[in-house]
Amino acid sequence: MKIKLPSFFSKENDITKSLLKVQPVNRSTLYNVLCALFPNIWLILFFLCPLIIIFKISISTEVYTIPPFKELFSIIDKYSVNVYLSIKNYMELIADSYYSTAFINSILLASISTVLCLIFGFFIAHALISIKSGARTILLLLISLSFWTSFLLRIYAWINLLSFHGIVNSLLLKFHIIDNPIRFIGNYGTVCLGMVFCYLPFMIFPIYSILEKMDVSCLEAAADLGSRPTQTFWRITFPLSMPGIYSGCILVFSTSIGEFVIPELLGGPDTLTLGRVLWIEFFNNLNWPAASAVAIVVMFIIILPGFIFQKRIALSGGIEGVQTT
Amino acid sequence: MPGGGSNIAMREPEIWEDIHSNPYIKIEDVSKFHGETNILKEISFSVYKGELFSLLGQSGCGKTTLLRILAGLDAPTSGKVIIDGVDVTNWPSYKRPVNMVFQSYALFPHMTVYQNIAFGLRQEGLIKAAIDKRIKEILALVQLSGFEEKKTTQLSGGQKQRVALARSLAKLPKLLLLDEPLAALDKKLREQTQFELVNIQERIGITFILVTHDQEEAMTISTRMAVMDDGRIKQIGAPHDVYEFPHSRYVAEFIGNINMFEGIVVEQELDYVLVEVPDLDCWCYAAHTGVVPLGTSVNLAIRPEKVMISTVKPAYPRNWTKGVVKEIAYLGSISVFYVQLKTGKIMTAFTTNLLRLSDRNFKWEDVVYLFWRAENSVVLTS
Repeated sequence: MKIKLPSFFSKENDITKSLLKVQPVNRSTLYNVLCALFPNIWLILFFLCPLIIIFKISISTEVYTIPPFKELFSIIDKYSVNVYLSIKNYMELIADSYYSTAFINSILLASISTVLCLIFGFFIAHALISIKSGARTILLLLISLSFWTSFLLRIYAWINLLSFHGIVNSLLLKFHIIDNPIRFIGNYGTVCLGMVFCYLPFMIFPIYSILEKMDVSCLEAAADLGSRPTQTFWRITFPLSMPGIYSGCILVFSTSIGEFVIPELLGGPDTLTLGRVLWIEFFNNLNWPAASAVAIVVMFIIILPGFIFQKRIALSGGIEGVQTT
Repeated sequence: MPGGGSNIAMREPEIWEDIHSNPYIKIEDVSKFHGETNILKEISFSVYKGELFSLLGQSGCGKTTLLRILAGLDAPTSGKVIIDGVDVTNWPSYKRPVNMVFQSYALFPHMTVYQNIAFGLRQEGLIKAAIDKRIKEILALVQLSGFEEKKTTQLSGGQKQRVALARSLAKLPKLLLLDEPLAALDKKLREQTQFELVNIQERIGITFILVTHDQEEAMTISTRMAVMDDGRIKQIGAPHDVYEFPHSRYVAEFIGNINMFEGIVVEQELDYVLVEVPDLDCWCYAAHTGVVPLGTSVNLAIRPEKVMISTVKPAYPRNWTKGVVKEIAYLGSISVFYVQLKTGKIMTAFTTNLLRLSDRNFKWEDVVYLFWRAENSVVLTS
């Protein structure tokens, strides 16, 4: 007996066809190897090699030659090599209060800037997501615009604003709020201001991207379960934006700890930070080994929180602030 | 309703049929505009205590918006929401004695199952021992005992759904809202969970309002359901009433399958009307749901499972037609016969497969007679 099936039954045929279809051919192995190789080669050439050179200089001794350090290995004859290794530079970093002050100053400056950036950055990012998407795009564009203008130019603008005869002082004088101009520039406060101003976008963008992806229904669920808006913020929004906060903080902290330009331009002559110490040792004192030792230690200071937070981010288990459903 | 009238008088009236019962949740003239779009158009209905009420409709009909208005997540443009005698229209979500199970479950991904459920309980200022006890009970109810310390990201879809349910139930709300609670589950699990949901609801007696686009789901679990279309409620009633006695063409076609024929009323009796249906080439007695004047053009609706097939011509003159079997769809438990009538229109009929296909006495291209009982056809005027 012949039974004609209605059209919707032919769907099954399509399914079996697609099941039988051959899986797409794997990409060529050469392509995979190249893909894996390229970033590794890049890192070896432009990160590891320079790092090894710097490390090598940091364990050599200072001499007045060109280049101003003693080679680690010197060949005496066919059978013997002289090796000069010195940890003097590292010991000096601890012993000399000049360096330790610079370290403490820089860590403090970077920490305060990071905290301030976090407060303002979170506020701005949170405000951004509550704005309609049209206006939001323009605001995001304006924030990134400050990235595209020259860094130096922006710092110079602050000098113009805050200098002894700058705009702020002349305005304050004009409205008789003060009688004598105030010396704004030349202290740690203005350095901090400059850092917050310059690195704020580093904080805004990672937090913004997390908040934007956040499942709104999670916040609605919190409200539905009886949580007031402020409680919802501290117990849901804030913990869920942790991955963004971590990456924002690492970005701001690691860039501001070694910062040279901002302390140089907005700080006073006695503003002692790691960036300036590096510059002075390298170019004024021509003490490459000491400068290299500072650079190596700075790198560890930057890497360390990165490692700690990376573990934290990994531990918080793929939250990413979004639900996969 | 022919034949039904006496039955209703015999049995205990349902809570919504009893004029003495007070509505527990009352929605009065609720309208909602989103910009220029009118999402809800003056919706009014009541839900009684302990009901499992479904809002059924296609996506975009406004059912989810209505649910969100009940939860306090959206505000109505006009109208009132009254829960247990209190007007809560202007109450924020966190104050309402209402909880919601979200379609995406909206579990907090950074918390364990315990913390998720405790979140809502802490807001009530319960002490830890009381919270622990409540969580233990509620997890036992949804059959997830021992899952307290699991991360929500480690759970399967069905488990997440239960945690979401437990989290909302733990607050012992006056009204529980469920937004497509089973949509994300696969078919087998969905059917199983449907009955669990009904069981849980019956045991704790909380009033449920559920949103779904799945008519089978709504029919299976609800005490009453409201069919919504384009921001309006088309019909409210118990599932069997809505299915058997649809008020409009929309509801008839939306719920289940139906054969629809245009006709003209030629005779009106006390309980029946006689409709002339050109497609069926006969005059048909039909039950009617309202007053239908003579000469009105109406739709005669007959459910396919109410249509019987035979090769023998019926002995009476009304309520049957003749056609040619064009297609037979064998669906395992039932077969669907597509019968072409004289005018070319196709009428469908379901038959249970009591016999194996090869033993059937009518086949493809055979001439068959289709007939149905008068009380199984409905006259629709709108």
